Amino acid sequence: MMAIAGVRATSKSQGTIMMTRYLTAFTLLMLAAFSPAAAVEIQEITSSKGVKAWLVEDHTVPLVAVRFAFRGGAALDPADREGLATILSGTLDEGAGGLDSQEFQRALKKDAVRLSFDAGRDNFYGRFQTLTKNRDSAFELLRLAVNEPRFDDEPVERIKAQITEALKRQENDPETVAIRTWMRIAFKNHPYSRNTDGSVDGVGAVTPDDLRGLTQALFSKRNLVIAVVGDIDAATLSGLLDTTFGDLPEKSADNPLPEAAVTSGPVRTIVDMDIPQSVIQFGHVGIMRKDPDFIPAYVMNHVLGGSGLTSRLMEEVREKRGLSYSVYSYLSPFEQAGLFLGGAATQNDRAGEALEIIERELKRMADDGPTPDELDATKTYLTGSYALRFDTSTKIAGQILGIQLESLGIDYIDRRNSLIEAVTQEDVKRVAQRLLLPGSLIVTVVGQPKGIEPLEPTQ
Amino acid sequence: MSKSVSETWWRALLGIAAMALVVSFPFARADAAKLGENVSTFKLDNGMEVVVIPDLRAPVVTHMVWYRVGAGDEPAGQSGIAHFLEHLMFKGTDKLAPGEFSKTVARNGGQDNAFTSQDYTGYYQRVASDRLALVMDMEANRMTKLVLSEEEVLPERDVVLEERRSRVDNDPSSRLSEQMNAVMYLSHPYANPVIGWHHEIEALNRDTAISFYKQYYAPNNAILVVAGDVSAARVRELAEKYYGPIPAQPGLKPRSRAHEPPHQAARRVILRDARVDTPRFRRMYLTPSFRTAEKGEGAALELLAQILGGGTTSRLYNKLVVEQKVAILAGAWYSGDFLDSGSIGLYGSPAPGNDEIALEGAIDAVLDDIIENGVTDEELADAKSLLIADTIYAVDSQTRLARIFGVALTSGQSVEDVQQWPERIERVTLEQVRAVAGKYLRIEASVTGLLLPPEKTAEADQ
Repeated sequence: MMAIAGVRATSKSQGTIMMTRYLTAFTLLMLAAFSPAAAVEIQEITSSKGVKAWLVEDHTVPLVAVRFAFRGGAALDPADREGLATILSGTLDEGAGGLDSQEFQRALKKDAVRLSFDAGRDNFYGRFQTLTKNRDSAFELLRLAVNEPRFDDEPVERIKAQITEALKRQENDPETVAIRTWMRIAFKNHPYSRNTDGSVDGVGAVTPDDLRGLTQALFSKRNLVIAVVGDIDAATLSGLLDTTFGDLPEKSADNPLPEAAVTSGPVRTIVDMDIPQSVIQFGHVGIMRKDPDFIPAYVMNHVLGGSGLTSRLMEEVREKRGLSYSVYSYLSPFEQAGLFLGGAATQNDRAGEALEIIERELKRMADDGPTPDELDATKTYLTGSYALRFDTSTKIAGQILGIQLESLGIDYIDRRNSLIEAVTQEDVKRVAQRLLLPGSLIVTVVGQPKGIEPLEPTQ
Repeated sequence: MSKSVSETWWRALLGIAAMALVVSFPFARADAAKLGENVSTFKLDNGMEVVVIPDLRAPVVTHMVWYRVGAGDEPAGQSGIAHFLEHLMFKGTDKLAPGEFSKTVARNGGQDNAFTSQDYTGYYQRVASDRLALVMDMEANRMTKLVLSEEEVLPERDVVLEERRSRVDNDPSSRLSEQMNAVMYLSHPYANPVIGWHHEIEALNRDTAISFYKQYYAPNNAILVVAGDVSAARVRELAEKYYGPIPAQPGLKPRSRAHEPPHQAARRVILRDARVDTPRFRRMYLTPSFRTAEKGEGAALELLAQILGGGTTSRLYNKLVVEQKVAILAGAWYSGDFLDSGSIGLYGSPAPGNDEIALEGAIDAVLDDIIENGVTDEELADAKSLLIADTIYAVDSQTRLARIFGVALTSGQSVEDVQQWPERIERVTLEQVRAVAGKYLRIEASVTGLLLPPEKTAEADQ
């Protein structure tokens, strides 16, 4: 706090009486730094048929939230079936068992069951929520969707048409074009280079048999990770896990992706689009989730371009110069590669200026790391705000699903804040130097930017 | 910015809601008694209203201050000033350096942001419950002690222009919505976009912002909503300490905007853009809002929209997308959370081999059928149970509850209105649904918008 006041004093303002009070509050936080673990007690459940789940029991609100994932996602789509996993996500709830598409959708609606699927790059996700009073019939619909999807021609063709339309719209959306172009350059021939949402041709080629094949390849007990939160006890859940997922095969085919190399920059690619604002996507190789430096890197990136109004990129690009409404950076760890990514959007005339400032800030961070005060402020933010991720059933379910998928351990919620606390000045300096490569950025720009020249990757 | 786990991306992109997502007001009938005890409201001596929604599950609170002012209250020629001021509220005060508000919230493990609509401007922080006093102290301070210099105001105006480019100018679909909205209202200021017209944003400055601020930012024009791990007694104690001493603004006038004359002609807006491939159809009908609707009409309009176009079992989707295959998507919604008027919206895109004219004809046939014959018992029962279930889902999120009350109270509704929502839904009859369909799905009170690819030139045809 004092140091921030100091920084401010050099520019234009000064500390005030009020700040002393904030300083007091701040000290209290350090003493009282609480963990959300107090509110989140995880039970580890294995049903009699061997289905595993983590449960957080809370009977306050009469509903149950479930998040689950099958390991293996859209990156596994065959090269001539790009979009297969996405189509699966759209057709599992379009008819199952004895119910055709409209009957199944009506059954969901009648009981207000919230069920949806999403094809991620590395995992295939399910979300499910039901009111307690409809619990058993809701789980039955989930069972049908996962075990007995029909893939009738009508819904498959209809969903394919909708996904095709969405893909066409994305082709004209500058943000999507910028990140897709970026991924193509970064991952060349690796499956990660492809559009995991699909391609018009790939979607067109998918048949109901392809969808059946994919469920066989993905849906097994060994591939399955489940998180449950809400108004249900362990014994009841255990029975429902058996009926819902217990009859899935033990294991499905192993088809891991190869490790992915990331192209080194510098690269500048401009995609011409007749729009007033240039959308800039930048980044380079990053860091894997299992790397011991991941937490220090996460802390460092928060100072550079993390959420909120307070990051260096926000301060320099937005607050001081008014160059962009949004500017950010983040770590994106996939199963087989880590990325450091960021973005901004600036009127065409000033796009070059914005990119220059971003590169300068990356270099400043790589050279000097965060200041001790920035490190302190970020640590208190990250530890204090951790509890904000646990204030609804669906958010808690999302957190404990992610912890399982990343294999962080059932005590991770207890440990997480001490991992952040343990990050030292030397750690963040070291990872800033290691991670940030301002001279090697891959930059894609969609629009008609001034002051940015194309630069081909060196082979 | 994490993109790892998201809602089904293409449904979101196409605007297909699997369930009713735009639904307004929760509160479970089954739990009404319990929640009625839970939510408390009171007023400070200076006129500031307070709503407290306890939720003790996690040690966090959502602290929000809502002002009864939005884009609909802006002086002529100054569109965007309400939103611009919202941005400037994160600059300094007599006690806080520019940017210090958010830095302090972050340093205390909290998150903050703000939002502006036609009828309200809201500010919020989400923090650990033991930080409530801290954020209240700062929020109370910036209610009347904002200090602005030109050197902060001008870059922020550029930020807002970039925000406009990101949200509107770069996106043909948003540009069409903006144009349709401008044509919808013949006299009312809802015709102006909340973010403002580009040329009017460019002319905003420190003085216009301060004058708007002095006129509208005062405790007697504000509502405090606190949700989460806190008791009403504690909120009262803190609110009296921090907001209590701020004097009321005596010059505050009742909100009064221009009234719409009767709408007599269907309007049509066509926007062509090279980035459009498949045509998109949209239509808005002018309707009452929850506040201005006659008794029972608001709930009937919500149910009508749900039956007509909410999700994949709705009339529009079922007839046009599943049965006739004239559309790849189609749906409808009702927006009733406004002070002066609401709207029913329709959307759709033609399936390959059809055009927007065929689609429009098919949509009109579905509307005519409902106006003529009404909806079925089963449709009404399912829509009711879905909307009522949604109120239970809403109780799971303290932030969502806080927003629901904030929106209601700034758009002319009461806490009781929110709490009685499930009962109002339950009471709606088949006849009422048919009646609002006939009364409000009137083409003369509508704007139809088409987003189309560029017209083929003679040259291109050859």
